[in-house]
Amino acid sequence: MSLGNIFDIAGSGMTAQSLRLNTTASNIANAETASSSIDSTYRARKPVFATIQQSLLNPGQAGAGFASEGAGAGVRVEGIVESDAELQMRYEPSHPAANEDGYVFYPNVNVVEEMADMMSSSRSFQMNVDVMNTAKSMMQRILTLGQQ
Amino acid sequence: MAISLDMALGIHQHALQARVQRAEVLANNLANADTPGYKARDVDFRAMMAQAQGQISGMQMTRTDDQHMDTSAAPGAPELLYRNPHQPSIDGNTVDSQMEQSLFMRNAMDFQASFQFLNSKFAGLTKAIKGE
Repeated sequence: MSLGNIFDIAGSGMTAQSLRLNTTASNIANAETASSSIDSTYRARKPVFATIQQSLLNPGQAGAGFASEGAGAGVRVEGIVESDAELQMRYEPSHPAANEDGYVFYPNVNVVEEMADMMSSSRSFQMNVDVMNTAKSMMQRILTLGQQ
Repeated sequence: MAISLDMALGIHQHALQARVQRAEVLANNLANADTPGYKARDVDFRAMMAQAQGQISGMQMTRTDDQHMDTSAAPGAPELLYRNPHQPSIDGNTVDSQMEQSLFMRNAMDFQASFQFLNSKFAGLTKAIKGE
């Protein structure tokens, strides 16, 4: 029985989605962080997801009893990339962080996009929780096999 | 007449195993619902059952010589297939999370049905042993 694998898979999904939620929170929190130079300005961060391949985890056996390379074993965060969208340059001479020309730089965070991303990741997280709950009840049923 | 436990349990133990394997594949689809380039996968349940049927009906070939090929292990592993996407997204992901979730739930229900059958087989055997 490989029901235990489902816990790992759903767990990896939850980890990935909560990391995505984390970057979203960071982006929204820093949406108005002004800076005086392009290099020191905060840039929107996005996680990159990738599938974990079962054959890489245990090379001896093909995944889960399947003939081909097998099902994946969940999802992992390959890295976090910074968005290269253009920064917002605003003319605010009275701003304490303004440069000598009177400009301040604001991050390239699109708050609307971040909110949509937040909803998407919380739904995906919920979905993984549902999967884990179902796997749990399936396992509990298995444990009662043969009982009167 | 010899009673074999495998024969008494019938197809249901294989069905239960297949349901668990399918649940794993579907859970993996759901975990990768946001992974770019991930292709949703599924198993051919009919093929898995046909194979299990072949195993229990004793239609396998026996090896009487060392040089005979081992046919018992080779067809034992079911093939993982790719799903035909209804609406693939731009990032190359073909997971439709609503559909996958409904399939997962349905698979869990079918698992319960198989479990019920298997459990009643055990209940019947216990009844026979006790002679009540």
